[in-house]
Amino acid sequence: QVALLDIDICGPSIPKMMGLEGEQVHQSGSGWSPVYVEENLGVMSVGFLLSSPDDAVIWRGPKKNGLIKQFLRDVDWGDVDYLIVDTPPGTSDEHLSIVQYLSATRIDGAVIVTTPQEVSLQDVRKEINFCRKVKLPIIGVVENMSGFVCPKCKNESQIFPPTTGGAEKMCQNLNVSLLGKVPLDPQIGRSCDRGQSFLAEAPESPATLSYRNIIQRIQEYCEQHHFQEEKIM
Amino acid sequence: TVPERANLAGVRHILLVLSGKGGVGKSTISTELALALRNAGKRVGILDVDLCGPSIPRMLRVQDSAVHQCDSGWVPVFVGQDKALALMSIGFLLERPDDAVVWRGPKKNALIKQFVTDVAWGDLDFLIVDTPPGTSDEHISTVEALRPYQLLGAILVTTPQ
Repeated sequence: QVALLDIDICGPSIPKMMGLEGEQVHQSGSGWSPVYVEENLGVMSVGFLLSSPDDAVIWRGPKKNGLIKQFLRDVDWGDVDYLIVDTPPGTSDEHLSIVQYLSATRIDGAVIVTTPQEVSLQDVRKEINFCRKVKLPIIGVVENMSGFVCPKCKNESQIFPPTTGGAEKMCQNLNVSLLGKVPLDPQIGRSCDRGQSFLAEAPESPATLSYRNIIQRIQEYCEQHHFQEEKIM
Repeated sequence: TVPERANLAGVRHILLVLSGKGGVGKSTISTELALALRNAGKRVGILDVDLCGPSIPRMLRVQDSAVHQCDSGWVPVFVGQDKALALMSIGFLLERPDDAVVWRGPKKNALIKQFVTDVAWGDLDFLIVDTPPGTSDEHISTVEALRPYQLLGAILVTTPQ
């Protein structure tokens, strides 16, 4: 049972990627109802609250924090195995608020996403330091857009060359896990634009294999830590 | 004290580079545009108001520079021998490059206002303002602070998907 919470208030991408554009949020006695993709996958995003997908949400920090609080307090998720929270870029209000508001419960950890080039790693190192500052455990780093294999000639190109060693070197230096590398596959962007599951559309893609390995490692991390907690208790 | 208008009085055109979306190449385009204008003989300044992810210093190879104050405010970092390209970024104010700027909106707004009014740019043909992704504090504050000046317009950057 999975819940996906999109707290990117300015640029909510999840509704489109899940094929849920145009869906509305319904209220009931028990709170806001998430929008269900499948019986076991519910989604919440500011995208569902806009009258038109092009409406800009031009809010300062405090108002964004207010909505995030409402999302956490008022959405009736039911019993959930995994709550995944998608965040916007940066280390600001949304990030501080989600960590603060969830401090009463336990956050298993953060999955940090980067691309291979130093200009990205530069920002991601800051994000890793943010996690350490707020004592948020880091499950690991995913290197996205990591190389492109031409489907015709099978030649591999580094579209975003890892001039400083990519996520691999950064993870070594900062002592965090590299969960995996996901290559560029135009089908990923296409599936997201169409609101379809890439994993279902392209089961043979090298990117699918990467995703599945990463997901497995994340699940193992969560199960391991849950087990350790139960031992302690 | 120097009146607020003075530091931008010598700037002929102000351009904002916006997107909404992260990772599409705003900072790259801001940098390439600034370099192209400089090569065309213009005096150019870049104001990097991406407080959480300031990319411009590294792109111009001045990430190890420090900024100083003068009577009229902060002196920008000059790139290259000819000093025809000036840059101000929060990147220069960090003690360590990996330090995260973990600020809420009000603190970001205060710094952006200072960046807009307190940098001693001198005479510029173009001031390019690079912004972070989103439509939030940084964007509202930047536009508000620049309202009294010659805001030429915005360039929007996207990727195709």
